[in-house]
Amino acid sequence: EDDVEPRMLLVQYLRERLGKTGTVIGCDTSNCGACTVHLDGLSVKSCSVLAVQANGSEVLTVEGLERDGQLHPVQQAFHDNHALQCGYCTPGMIMQSIDLLGDNPDPSEQEVREGIEGNLCRCTGYQNIVRAVQDAAQKMKPGASASQPAAQSVAGGGA
Amino acid sequence: MTVVENAPQTLEIGQSRLRKEDRRLITGRTRWTDNIQITGLLHMAMVRSPIAHGTITGIDTSAAKQVPGVVAVFTGADLDAEQSSLPIAWPINSEQQPPKHPSIAVDKVTFAGEIVAIVVARSAATAKDAVELVEVDYDPLDPVLDMEAALRDDAPLVHPDLGSNKWAYFKLDSAEAGTGGDVDQAIAAAEDADDQIVVRRRFRQQRLIPAFMEPRSVVVDPNAEQLTMWSATQVPHIVRTMTALLLGIPEHKLRVIAPDVGGGFGGKLQVIPEEWLAVLVARRLSKPVKWTETRSESLLSAHHGRDQIQDITLSARRDGTVTGLKVELLADMGAQMGLFTPAVPVLGAFMYNSIYKFPAYQFNCTDVFTTKTWTDAYRGAGRPEATFAIERIMDELAVELDIEPLALREKNWITHDEFPFTTVVGLTYDSGNYEAATEKAKQLFDYDGLRREQAERRERGDVKQLGIGISTFTEMCGLAPSRLLGQLGAGAGGWEHSHIRMLPSGKAEVVIGVSPHGQGHETAFSQIVADQLGIGFDDIEILHGDTQSSPRGLDTYGSRSLVVGGIAVHKAAGKVVDRARIFAAHLLEASEDDLEFEHGRFSVRGTDKGVTIQDVAMAVFTGHDYPQGEEPSIDAEATFDPENFSYPHGTHLCATEVDTETGMVSIRSYVCVDDIGEVINPLIVEGQVHGGLAQGIAQALFEEAAYDEAGTLLSGTFVDYTLPSAADLPSFTTDRTTTAATSNPLGVKGVGEAGTIASTPAVVNAVLDALRQFGVKDIDMPTTPYRVWTALNSAKGTAGRGDEADVASPGAGLGSTAGDISKGDTQGGHL
Repeated sequence: EDDVEPRMLLVQYLRERLGKTGTVIGCDTSNCGACTVHLDGLSVKSCSVLAVQANGSEVLTVEGLERDGQLHPVQQAFHDNHALQCGYCTPGMIMQSIDLLGDNPDPSEQEVREGIEGNLCRCTGYQNIVRAVQDAAQKMKPGASASQPAAQSVAGGGA
Repeated sequence: MTVVENAPQTLEIGQSRLRKEDRRLITGRTRWTDNIQITGLLHMAMVRSPIAHGTITGIDTSAAKQVPGVVAVFTGADLDAEQSSLPIAWPINSEQQPPKHPSIAVDKVTFAGEIVAIVVARSAATAKDAVELVEVDYDPLDPVLDMEAALRDDAPLVHPDLGSNKWAYFKLDSAEAGTGGDVDQAIAAAEDADDQIVVRRRFRQQRLIPAFMEPRSVVVDPNAEQLTMWSATQVPHIVRTMTALLLGIPEHKLRVIAPDVGGGFGGKLQVIPEEWLAVLVARRLSKPVKWTETRSESLLSAHHGRDQIQDITLSARRDGTVTGLKVELLADMGAQMGLFTPAVPVLGAFMYNSIYKFPAYQFNCTDVFTTKTWTDAYRGAGRPEATFAIERIMDELAVELDIEPLALREKNWITHDEFPFTTVVGLTYDSGNYEAATEKAKQLFDYDGLRREQAERRERGDVKQLGIGISTFTEMCGLAPSRLLGQLGAGAGGWEHSHIRMLPSGKAEVVIGVSPHGQGHETAFSQIVADQLGIGFDDIEILHGDTQSSPRGLDTYGSRSLVVGGIAVHKAAGKVVDRARIFAAHLLEASEDDLEFEHGRFSVRGTDKGVTIQDVAMAVFTGHDYPQGEEPSIDAEATFDPENFSYPHGTHLCATEVDTETGMVSIRSYVCVDDIGEVINPLIVEGQVHGGLAQGIAQALFEEAAYDEAGTLLSGTFVDYTLPSAADLPSFTTDRTTTAATSNPLGVKGVGEAGTIASTPAVVNAVLDALRQFGVKDIDMPTTPYRVWTALNSAKGTAGRGDEADVASPGAGLGSTAGDISKGDTQGGHL
């Protein structure tokens, strides 16, 4: 249970109220995607969702992806493929990539590029991000060793 | 004896080590400045001028002060006595006193976005609410937007006390310097001779915005024993020194910390008004304060980049041999000068001759004030402009002479057996092999195959025409030899520092002065130290970005971290081994001369006796048994001042498909082969090249900071300032050739800016190569579909309504309007 101002954005709630600073703010026009989180299993830009809209919903941020010290396959793939430099876009990019792979478990290069076009990166030129998403897709296929963990709620349930 | 000689089989250098930095970044445990919370923290929000130029006639803060939660509201009048003038580290003009650069305007504003009042409140939201209630009255003055108009006698003045909008004039002349011939003579001779040609072109470098992803943020705690500032900056050391010297805080009472910093690209190479205002407000209120900008604030008020008009004249013989190059620049500084504002074009002054053996050269640059956001460094700073101009005009010369553009370059470039080569500006390029890089790039690109396809498409009259663009570039980086910077009038040198602390367990803390913001210093520098000390990659911690732990350094920019900072690390590690040898010899009861050091172990030659460097570290710590007369420490520090710049080079080839019906440009293939000397970590290098290419391509195709006639920024959000997304860019083919740098012991050259410097002309050359067949002579950057379409239709005489000039966004100097796009008309008769 928590009381919030009606105008408070979900990203502000996560950062300022819950101290979940893994989700960051990169713009004020919902172009950059740095604040992407999962709301009931689907990626949203948390600057475009009011905290009260998340009332009763399950919110998953980048902090909740690791399981028992094991990185999520997409996190691991970002590391393995040097898909980040400054890392500011990375949490949002990872959350969006997981959502993309949920829709399309084996995306082509072009499908990855279009699937993450709402998330801006200024460092990498995207090439290694595309590589990482495709690498993660291979590792997350049924039968591959890593499996996708279930979402864990970090916010919501009575804002 | 050095470690490298003893350990020919290097373990770490050259490996694609995955980055140490990644773990916290991919798990959301990063320490961005905006994440910092301190008990009692107050939040600042800025009231900014909506007009470009005007006199402040009144500020009413009373309504804002009534808002519950607002602690204070400050205006320029409240803070002026303490605010000093923001630093200008390299003014270029030594004749005049620079105009005062206030952090907060007092009675006049000179650009839209300038701070005029500060609201301090208990929450960021309250502060922003109250900003809306501050009433500021202005008497508007005429804006100054176009550089050429700004230089006319009747122009309104940005800084009336100076008497002119012209600030500095910088000239470099090879005849005067004794490093080459007289360019005016060369051009005059070419104009008179039948077997020679003169090519004149005007290029515009549009205004760009660095657009780092992490917005700038500052936290100041005035209550620590050392006043402590956290800032999302590239340059914590410069911020500390400048703040101490100019705001009157004793230097030892000020600590600056750059925590995790989310990109910079030159945009965070600055001492910003908000850092100083946070200090003044925190001191005044005796409370910690935070300021974090919105993206709109960032695009509006963080310094911009590029914005030059380039008039280039090339004289050549008809066989393609260039005889002279003359450069005349106008550089738009905007309204104020930051750290390097007037010096940015000077960093390009030495590079217009690029990889070529031009016998005569002259560079002239005029720095101009306008009422726009101030400009300063953006990735490449001066060198992308130089590379663009020379690579564009080499293509123009190739067209005029009907010579294959790569063949024309080869006719003029320095051949591999001519290194070291002293250029027409007096710089000595230590190493390179332009033939090898070009040959490799041609093969990877299938240059001949694409040329064939291009001819076929032309023959068929395809809607999508193919263009091939070339950029054979070099640049000077690794800033920089301190004495040379002094001769050029810079406020500080270009050395770098490292300190290695050997811990009792044999692990090492490596303190560095360069301050990373995404580059991967922790990984690359660990690789260097691991090889030298023979200890594990994971046994090394790189400490940086805090003036308390890392007191000496000049920070990260100009592709200097590895080639200057990394060499300081290398030298410090060498000194640790030298120190450890003394103690090892004592422990082994052997002569130092009989010791070999390999893989972290000192052994007595010809025996199996030995001690590891960890053994030595522990023995030094206990201090029970060490040589008489020695201090019990093997820690070491080193300061490296480079003797020369670093000269990476490469050949970039771009194939674009241009849709002749829509004007849409798409990149079909991009190949680059860069020579950056020896490589510490190929994975990191590849990442730097990818990101650099993306930014250079973005200048060619996508980005422009445009102003309207009133001096209002039109691209103040990411809706209007269009960074490329993943869907806008292709996959790049990157490769390398290697000629070791001879200017440093690791043989390395800088790589951070190379991709950006090289790629812009490759793309624009490709676009024009597709369209020259239709009579298109030039298209200003960014070559958007609208501009391409308009240029095509103007050239064909099928332009639409004829009023396109009214709807295009103005660019550099308010000049790159659609009316200029078809300036082929005025450029045709350049002989």
